[in-house]
Amino acid sequence: MLDDNTFDLRKYIRGNTQTTAVWLVLVLLIVFGVMRYDNFGGAYNIASFLNYNAMFIAISLGMCFVIMTGGIDLSVGSVAAFTSVIAAYLSPYGLAVAIPGAIAAGVAFGALNAFFIIAMRIPPFIATLATMLGAKGGALVISGAETIGVDWGSNFTKLGMEKAFGTVPWTILIVALLAVALWIVLEKTSLGRTVLAIGGSEDASTLMGLKVNRAKAFVYLLSGGCAGLAGLFLASGFGAGQPLEGIGWELSAIAAVVVGGTLLTGGLGSVPATIAGALLLGLVFNILNFENGRGTISLSAYWQMVIRGGFLFVVILFQTRITAEKSNAS
Amino acid sequence: MNAQTLRQNGGVVALIAILLFNAAFTPNFLQLQTLFVNISQVATIAIVAMGMTLVIATGGIDLSVGAIMALSGAMAPLIFQSEFGTAYPALGLTAAFVFPLIVACMCGLFNGALISVLRVQPIIATLILFISGRGIAQVLTNGNLQTFKNPAFSYLGTGKVLGLPFQGWLALAIAVVLFWVVKRTSFGRYLLAVGGNEKAAQLSGGPVKTVKIGAYVICAFLSGIAGLIVVAINSASDAARNGNLMELDAIAAAVVGGALLQGGRAPIFGAILGAIIIQLVKYTLLANGVEDEVALIAKAFIIVLAVYVQQARKE
Repeated sequence: MLDDNTFDLRKYIRGNTQTTAVWLVLVLLIVFGVMRYDNFGGAYNIASFLNYNAMFIAISLGMCFVIMTGGIDLSVGSVAAFTSVIAAYLSPYGLAVAIPGAIAAGVAFGALNAFFIIAMRIPPFIATLATMLGAKGGALVISGAETIGVDWGSNFTKLGMEKAFGTVPWTILIVALLAVALWIVLEKTSLGRTVLAIGGSEDASTLMGLKVNRAKAFVYLLSGGCAGLAGLFLASGFGAGQPLEGIGWELSAIAAVVVGGTLLTGGLGSVPATIAGALLLGLVFNILNFENGRGTISLSAYWQMVIRGGFLFVVILFQTRITAEKSNAS
Repeated sequence: MNAQTLRQNGGVVALIAILLFNAAFTPNFLQLQTLFVNISQVATIAIVAMGMTLVIATGGIDLSVGAIMALSGAMAPLIFQSEFGTAYPALGLTAAFVFPLIVACMCGLFNGALISVLRVQPIIATLILFISGRGIAQVLTNGNLQTFKNPAFSYLGTGKVLGLPFQGWLALAIAVVLFWVVKRTSFGRYLLAVGGNEKAAQLSGGPVKTVKIGAYVICAFLSGIAGLIVVAINSASDAARNGNLMELDAIAAAVVGGALLQGGRAPIFGAILGAIIIQLVKYTLLANGVEDEVALIAKAFIIVLAVYVQQARKE
């Protein structure tokens, strides 16, 4: 007889091959880094690594929810660029205005996506591709195609450059709180269950009387809001609103989500695994930077795109094998 | 005219409206020079859009077309400016056409294999080359702008036949061939069958995998040609800009031309009509002093509108 109450590690590993593999690789890479480079495990590298990757974790979390419904959001990078400009313009009024302002701008784009997808029944990738163009154009228009410096007089740059209680960067603290909230939504609420059910089968979910449209609207608004947060971090951490940033961010986010084991066809996914995926992706580049620093290799910035694409390729290969094994087993 | 006919001929109506608007408001619109400029721009969009139409007919999508343009465009000058290319100009020139197109086809094979053999969703599968393809092109050229003087190669982008730009004729020739392929060959029949109902096509013994791979290879091949044309027009290759955002133009042109995103339809001449509309909208905005950035927003609007109309037609 099966006993559901005892936690069987072996069974867990077999059931979650990919998630386990991601955590394992993450730990191995960290051990490798600490042993190979002097400053890798230092407080400075850890803090700046986490601070820089807070943006990517934020958009990956939003993307994770969208992908769980079987959708996709290609607009996150442009939306983050747009909101970074908004945040820069709002910076003189301090964080009390800039935080809600930037997030609201992101949510507005999410609402546009939701409207296209739910009300106009346009396929998600076309709808979000259009929003990507619109946000990019919008960012260039409102900024006059130039970087917008932030106001250093207000408390605006504290968010991206300082640490909470002198220990953890503010950005990573906010992202951690966001992750906990989203984990609760996904695991403990009917909204979370509906999100997963839609990814399993949208038609069946509708027939079962689940609030499909509400859940779909939620994921796109969430993804927009997360992109808004990322834009805020970008402006605050680098001291400028950057209308030309965000290119390829959607790919990083998708890769992080997929690395974390969320099936691209939807219906399965996890918040912690997505964070692990985003950290793993970031860590690869962190280690490449250290290697560049040691002079063992010399990779131009162009290689980053190639490596990112290659990484996605490897993960997809891995995932198709797991999916094939699962469908063979059942 | 009722709503139904308006929907079915929406593309033509839009084209006539844009032409009338321009004739009335855009200075110097009714001149040969304007025609030449537009034909040379339309040709690249149309060539890629026709490939995209085939891919969309299978129910897929190809985001990597712009990156493949950059890749093939970056390779050509590298080849005919190499030691070998300068020592044997004729051979070098041939190689500068052949090798980039072979690489483009391999990119298509990569996309097609991922999608039909490993069953990865098209949008994700082609996302890989969308990002790394341009990266490879930039690694090859070190991110530098490659300029050159090579009249024979530039003929592809600047030559004229019967007074009209060479690439316009090339696009027309490709359209005729593809139209024949879609209408008259078994490849064409299976292409539409796969898009219409993949399971049914497979159960009836159709070569589903081969046909799907074929569509991506043709699309990549045509993107490769478009990449060479852009380089030939400019007598320069810039891996960062060649084909940038072309996937959007191509998808927009295909959809405006009547392709259904769910698959099952391959209106080849529709793609050309769509390309002309997209180009004319761009030209109209530019000629009337609208900024590039606003033009981006306009393009986004056209895509959404076109897809919306197509969806409505199906339902």
